[in-house]
Amino acid sequence: MRLFEYEAKDAFRQVGIPLPASGLASTAREAARITEDLACPVAIKAQILAGGRGKAGGIKFADTPEASKEAAAKILKMTIHGHPVRRVLIEQRLEIKQEIYLGITIDRSERKPVAICSAMGGVDIEQVAEKHPEKIARSWIDPILGLRDFEARQLAKNAGFEGRTMLQVAGLLLRLWQVFIKNDAELTEINPLIVTPDGKFIAADARLNVDDNSLFRHQALLERVGAGISEKTKLEQQAHELGMTYVELEGNIGIIGNGAGLVMATMDAVKYYGGAPANFLDVGGGATAERMSNALEIVLSHPDVEAVFINILGGITRCDEMARGIIDAQKTLPRDVPIVIRMIGTREKEGAEILAAANIPFLNSMDAAAKRVVEQVTKRG
Amino acid sequence: MTILVDKTTKVIVQGITGREGHFHTKAMLDYGTTILAGTTPGKSGQEVEGIPVFDSVVEAKEQFPEINASIIFVPARFAADATYEALDAGLTIVSLITEHIPVHEEMRFIELARRQGSYIVGPNTPGIITPGQCKLGIMPAHVFKPGRVGLISRSGTLTYEVAASLTEAGFGQSTALGLGGDPIVGMSFVDALKLFEADDGTDATVLIGEIGGSAEEAAATYIKKHISKPVIAYIAGRTAPKGKRMGHAGAIVSGKTGTADGKIKALRKAGATVIDRPIDVDEALQKIL
Repeated sequence: MRLFEYEAKDAFRQVGIPLPASGLASTAREAARITEDLACPVAIKAQILAGGRGKAGGIKFADTPEASKEAAAKILKMTIHGHPVRRVLIEQRLEIKQEIYLGITIDRSERKPVAICSAMGGVDIEQVAEKHPEKIARSWIDPILGLRDFEARQLAKNAGFEGRTMLQVAGLLLRLWQVFIKNDAELTEINPLIVTPDGKFIAADARLNVDDNSLFRHQALLERVGAGISEKTKLEQQAHELGMTYVELEGNIGIIGNGAGLVMATMDAVKYYGGAPANFLDVGGGATAERMSNALEIVLSHPDVEAVFINILGGITRCDEMARGIIDAQKTLPRDVPIVIRMIGTREKEGAEILAAANIPFLNSMDAAAKRVVEQVTKRG
Repeated sequence: MTILVDKTTKVIVQGITGREGHFHTKAMLDYGTTILAGTTPGKSGQEVEGIPVFDSVVEAKEQFPEINASIIFVPARFAADATYEALDAGLTIVSLITEHIPVHEEMRFIELARRQGSYIVGPNTPGIITPGQCKLGIMPAHVFKPGRVGLISRSGTLTYEVAASLTEAGFGQSTALGLGGDPIVGMSFVDALKLFEADDGTDATVLIGEIGGSAEEAAATYIKKHISKPVIAYIAGRTAPKGKRMGHAGAIVSGKTGTADGKIKALRKAGATVIDRPIDVDEALQKIL
């Protein structure tokens, strides 16, 4: 899960990474008061769980409490990339001599953390990697030993820093490693790390993504998720609470299946025959009738859905349970749309009997079912 | 011949008294897997399906030194500990079924396994099956038949889908294994391809990949240089959007990395036959074998 900038900065503060003076505001009046206390020019920054806020107008600057109040009022009314802004971070504006990039993430193919350092900070690091690969230094970290001092120094040196600056950058890398470890991070980043004209290093922005699977040992974050504050859409969050994975897409054919790979393959099959999937929904392994019924309800809550393709390959999941869930759901469904079912595997015969008794047809081949569901939508349209 | 597991494999089930552990112990025994012991801390002295339960892997090994493989059903927050325990006891094959293990733990035990030369299959895997000999996993056994096609996959149900197509077309499998749906997994496509290449019992390999990461691209590079046996590949997630996790934690396109198109291109360039639909696996194999 992605943390808000101010949460990431709290984590940075705990390990002693220097930060600009700041305060968090949820109203324009608070913003003015914080600016008055800071008594310096400020940046007003939207706190959202998405990138690209600067380009969208989510960062403004002000020299006085009045200007800050005005800017905060504007930003607090904004919705950026679908995320309503609820808070702004008011921060001391810094004078910049140089911008540096520091980051630690997980290299999937090496199965190790990798620390990244570049003297070209302040911009999208992926763009730097593409245009100036020689300006980026990387160091893979032994996950058992952790980042050692000499490795941090070498990394800073490889990025082009020398002498005392090299030592300072290495020190910050080691602190960032502490953030990475303490927070079970998938990614943590300082971009930019600012060098002021008087030679101070300050983290102007902060990013911290925490591994969802580790939340059981991060109580505060678990509570925040419980309060419904996350990057997920409403339906995605609802599905998550019911133990399913749902992802909204842009087409008109609802997709339900058991197993992530199978659901992706089902989407691809629909596309193969010229259809467009409206969602990804994985009911998970060993789903009950109730879960299938919930799944149908969620998929049909999306107004664009004109037909549904249910693809069940019974392993741990039982076809009779799934059939029962479909029938239960049909009694209460808000809308009547064609449902195409493909079902094979564990308890297929029992499931078939249940569906036959309710006059619901089903197919054995995923391919034939994909073709059928696309035909249903085309016929209607 | 087969890879990783066969009829000589001697198994311990970690987390044997839990619901999943118990259920699958019975299913594996029914299949003919040799299970000698199980563990659940605090429950030593009990039995599950006639299999003795121990407090630890080391204690089980004292009585059954021939144990060489483990299958782990321990809940996510204790599963890393169970894996360290299996590695510490010197087991060479660990089939790690558990989903939702913290990624930092995964990196550590995978590094540990690499150092001592043990194989971790998973986490978040359906496991390994050598049809007719040994099932060290949770897959529905009836879709697999003994034969000469190797099957490697990042997905569970999609493996069953393809295995069912293969079996129906008369192509049995030498060994089939799921690599697991997490971003970080122990055994990779490259590791498995290497084993199938060296295996006398395998004529061709079917590789089932999906979006996210670059394991398929690494496989393509390896195939080009080192693999002489035919490879047929299917990649799921062509229609998946960027930046969204498609069920598996590892199935996410980030930036330009991990797209289905990139993987398909790389595999084609390496000489693999890439199929558009799982159902096409039969025809592709007919042409090759």
